Amino acid sequence: MSALVKLQDVSKRYGDAIAIHPANLSVESGKTTVLIGPSGCGKSTLLRLIIRLIEPDSGSIEFDGKPVTPDNINVLRRRIGYVIQEGGLFPHLTARANVLLMARHIGKSHQETQNRLLELSDLTRFSENLLTRYPVELSGGQRQRVSLMRALMLSPELLLLDEPLGALDPLVRAALQKDLKEIFTRLGQTVLFVTHDLAEAIYFADQIVLMNEGRIVQRGPISDLRERPADPFVSEFINAQRGIALT
Amino acid sequence: MKPLCYPALVGRDRRARRGRPGGPFLPFLFLFAVVFSSSAHPVVVGSKKFTESYVLGEIAKRTLTDAGIPAEHRQGMGGTIILWEALRGGQIDAYPEYTGTIETEILKSDSNVSLDQIRDSLEKLGVGMTAPLGFNNTYALVMRRSEAQRLGIRTISDLQRYPELKFGLTHEFLEREDGWRPLRRRYDLPHQNIVGIDHALGYSALANGSIAVKDAYSTDAKIEQNDLVVLEDDLHFFPKYEAIFLFRSSMRPDAIAALRRLEGTLDETRMIRLNAEAERIKNYAKAADLYFNGRDGAARRPYQNFGDSFPRKLARWTLRHLQLAGFSLLLSIIVGIPLGIVASRGGAVGHVILGFAGVVQTIPSLALLALLVPLPFFGISIRTAITALFLYGLLPIVRNTATGLQDIPRSLRESAVALGLSPIARLWEVYLPMASRSILSGIKTSAVINIGTATLAALIGAGGLGEPIISGLNLNDHVTILEGAIPAAVLALLVQWFFDLLDRVLIPKGLRL
Repeated sequence: MSALVKLQDVSKRYGDAIAIHPANLSVESGKTTVLIGPSGCGKSTLLRLIIRLIEPDSGSIEFDGKPVTPDNINVLRRRIGYVIQEGGLFPHLTARANVLLMARHIGKSHQETQNRLLELSDLTRFSENLLTRYPVELSGGQRQRVSLMRALMLSPELLLLDEPLGALDPLVRAALQKDLKEIFTRLGQTVLFVTHDLAEAIYFADQIVLMNEGRIVQRGPISDLRERPADPFVSEFINAQRGIALT
Repeated sequence: MKPLCYPALVGRDRRARRGRPGGPFLPFLFLFAVVFSSSAHPVVVGSKKFTESYVLGEIAKRTLTDAGIPAEHRQGMGGTIILWEALRGGQIDAYPEYTGTIETEILKSDSNVSLDQIRDSLEKLGVGMTAPLGFNNTYALVMRRSEAQRLGIRTISDLQRYPELKFGLTHEFLEREDGWRPLRRRYDLPHQNIVGIDHALGYSALANGSIAVKDAYSTDAKIEQNDLVVLEDDLHFFPKYEAIFLFRSSMRPDAIAALRRLEGTLDETRMIRLNAEAERIKNYAKAADLYFNGRDGAARRPYQNFGDSFPRKLARWTLRHLQLAGFSLLLSIIVGIPLGIVASRGGAVGHVILGFAGVVQTIPSLALLALLVPLPFFGISIRTAITALFLYGLLPIVRNTATGLQDIPRSLRESAVALGLSPIARLWEVYLPMASRSILSGIKTSAVINIGTATLAALIGAGGLGEPIISGLNLNDHVTILEGAIPAAVLALLVQWFFDLLDRVLIPKGLRL
């Protein structure tokens, strides 16, 4: 198995507060890696470090075997899809324009982008009729589907999802979870997924990475975490959510 | 030397007042003339902001034109310093002045000097002077005749006995070296109740009794009209104010010769009559015609500048007003939006930009004009007006651009970055459209402010709807004031309405749902 993304001794601090202690992480190709942990544990920060929304203080990040630097990041970003909790859709653009924005920016042909758009609306089960709507005219679930289409538009090698379903009501959330999993499988997509919900993590993960207070506490399949917890926090975290996770 | 930048604008300024053929094609011909005319520079005569100066300016213009020299008259440009600087700076070629003013205000000499000494001193500064035109228009203090008689006041010294009298003095007189302060010292006047008031408004104040004493010029037509008396200058405080023309020594010789022909042709009675006529018919050019009619009986010819019908004048003022406000707004937009973008990033530079734009806004518009006029590039010109308006228009645009950009949620900024858009594309495709509502409302504010403030441009001879407002104030004629004030208000409303429409076109639909 090869690692698409490799973080080595990456750390980040804000003033005196340490956000990430030196951390090592590999995101395996074609697998879904889930970052989980309580709020403020640094899981989103790790994601944002990878796509360079924030600069690491130390350590190195490799993408596809090459170090990520401020010089090459803008090109690399086109090979990475990024979806956040609120969708991050631009309110002044229609769903279609949001999805096509980047493809147009790099000068893809009209035919090519149209075909890809139809493919994606099919893949994400987003009705073509809604493509002319503005974000405010769409429901939360619909917005996340558009956001996913935008992230997948350029067929990225890596998909970064930062609590993409966190703001949705349970029924919509369940439907999207199912669709997302199907999409990942169909595309053989490499995914780094951030959530604080253990059930969601178990549902998606090939590998779970549990974080607490800026440190990676344990990684592995859920069975490892359950049966061989690396420290008391792991058991505590799993037990706290067991009611939901194991039923 | 004439500054060379914006030659097109200077040209427009010049020619907007000339060439006024009649007929329904006038607006087109006018536009045509504005844009394309490029004849030799005419001789520019300036005048100060009071009736007599206007009339003398018209007489000079007429004299020059009759001698076949193209000439124009920039009316009521302001006070002594503004005119003097404009003459030195080459924005005007000649203007009527008084020997006393030259002595105290321009040459700042304290002892009495002879005409020849004045002429020599001016010559060194590159300025020539005609011989006296024939009348002495000295400063004077005036009162209502009835009140002066009741109190038994005949001389300025008599005022000492009535310390409770209220004085309404022009701002220039209050500040002049030969004005109120030395006068008060010489006569040891005890009065404390002194207000600064516009010259023309002062006569109304005097008539309705809100002031008792005011400063005036001894040839002022209002003295007779309002039944006022001139208090005798019993201590001979006021210097002689012989009217003369100042001109640039480098002015074309035939123009100098033409002005010289005016020497010794105007006595006090005649000047008072011309002033009275100008104020009665509200028309300086026609009053100036009287001078020529009385002198050589030449046929009165229709005066183009003032022969204009009201709609034509209105069209001219409005067009100029829109030029002033529009051009300055354009500059404010071109400069303001980039500054706003830089300021939105915060930091020291951002603070400096917002701070500068804020400070400019706190300078009174009149003061800003006065500050710009003496600078080399500016002077008395449309450039100065546009620059002042541009500076005023800056703050709303800079601030609204900055806040509009800062108000974009962080998650959306990051989404734009994470997509891989280049910085320019982020700004152009995402940030600016999202801030468009805020930016446009800043532009709208600037536009309305500019329409209002542009009326002040007339003070420095830049024209516009302020022209009738200023002359109206000067003539104390409310109708004339309204001729400018009402169209200016209507214009402001129209601009507001136009920008409301523009909102619907320029703000993306997704932001209006």
